[in-house]
Amino acid sequence: MAPILGIWASGAQPAANATSFESIATTTVGSGGAADVEFTSIPATYTHLQLRAIARTNYSGGVTDTLVIRINSDTGNNYAWHQVGGNGSSAFAQSGTTTNLIYASYIASSTSGTSVFGASIIDILDYANTNKYKTLRNLTGEDRNGGGDLTLGSGLWQNTNAITSIKLTQGEGTSFAQYSHFALYGIKGAA
Amino acid sequence: MPATYEPIATTTLSTTATTVSFTSISGAYTDLVLVANVQRATTAENPSLTLRFNSDTGTNYSMTNLLGNGSSASSSRQSTQNMMNFSYFSMASAANTFSTYILNVMSYSNSTTYKTVVGRSGDAGAGTQATVGLWRSTSAITSIIVTNDGSPTNFASGSTFTLYGIQAA
Repeated sequence: MAPILGIWASGAQPAANATSFESIATTTVGSGGAADVEFTSIPATYTHLQLRAIARTNYSGGVTDTLVIRINSDTGNNYAWHQVGGNGSSAFAQSGTTTNLIYASYIASSTSGTSVFGASIIDILDYANTNKYKTLRNLTGEDRNGGGDLTLGSGLWQNTNAITSIKLTQGEGTSFAQYSHFALYGIKGAA
Repeated sequence: MPATYEPIATTTLSTTATTVSFTSISGAYTDLVLVANVQRATTAENPSLTLRFNSDTGTNYSMTNLLGNGSSASSSRQSTQNMMNFSYFSMASAANTFSTYILNVMSYSNSTTYKTVVGRSGDAGAGTQATVGLWRSTSAITSIIVTNDGSPTNFASGSTFTLYGIQAA
C-alpha cells in the first residue's frame, strides 16, 4: 500500500502513513441499548488516539443529547472543556471548568427523527505521555433536516497518568441506542 | 492491530471539470474521508463543492454550518436540499490558492441508519466552516459525486480529490 497523506480526519496534519493508523477496538450497540461504552486496556504503543463514532441516545426530553467522556474511570473534578458551535441560526460558545467530565456536543436523541445519528471525531493527543496533562479535541454534530447542532470542542484532563481507558456515556439520556457505533484508532509516531 | 486509513482513489484534474465521481465504492470500510484541494476555474465562476450519494438527486440532504469570516462567527442551515453543500464561502480563485475540504462520511456502508457527514472546509482568504450533513437514506453508499451547485461552473485544473477508507476492527 502506498503511503497516504498525513491528514487527520478532523483537520490536523500529523505525520501519518498507511501503517501508522491502526484500529484498536470497536463497539456496535445491540438491540438492548448500552448505558455506556468503554475502551479498556488501551496499549501505550501509539502516539495519539482517534475515536470515531455515530451515536444516538434514548433521551426523549429534547432533540439532541451529548457525548460525555471520562478517562481512566476518573469521576473527580479534574476536567475542563470548551466549545464553539452553531445551531443553524447563530454561533455560540460554552465551557466548563473543574468538571467531572468532558462534553462532546451534539449527538442525536430519540426524538431527532427516525434513523438519525450524530457523529463525532475525537482526537486525543499524546495520551501515553506521563509528563503532561492530556488534551483532546473533537468535531461533533447532528443534522436532522430542519434542525441541527455542531461544535468544535477541546477538553483537558488534569492528570499526567497515561490514558488506559476511555468511557463514553450520555449527557441527558441513560443509554445509547441500537446501531450506535464507536471505533478507537491508534496513530503511531516515528520510531 | 490491522493498519487502516487507505487511499481508495485519487483524481487530479488536468483540465477544468464540473464533476468528479467515485464509483463502485467497496463496503469493506467503516468510514470514508474525502480530502479535496480545489480552486474555481475563473474568478467569474462560483462553484460550490457539493456531494451526492448513489446518484440521488432528490431533496434528501440537509446541512448545519458553523462559520467564521475573520470578523464574526455565525451559523447557517440548509434543509431539504438535492445535494450536500460544503461551500458557504466562495471557493479560492487566486493564483496558486486552493480551498480545502476534509469530509468524513461516517458508517457509510451500513443499511440501517441515515448517513451523517462531518467535515471542515474553507478558503483561507474568505472564511472557514465546520459542517454536519445528513443524507436521509439507509442505503449503503456506493458512489459519491462531487459536483458544484448546479451552475455551469468549473473546478480548476490542478484541483485534487482523494477518497480514503478507514476500517474498524
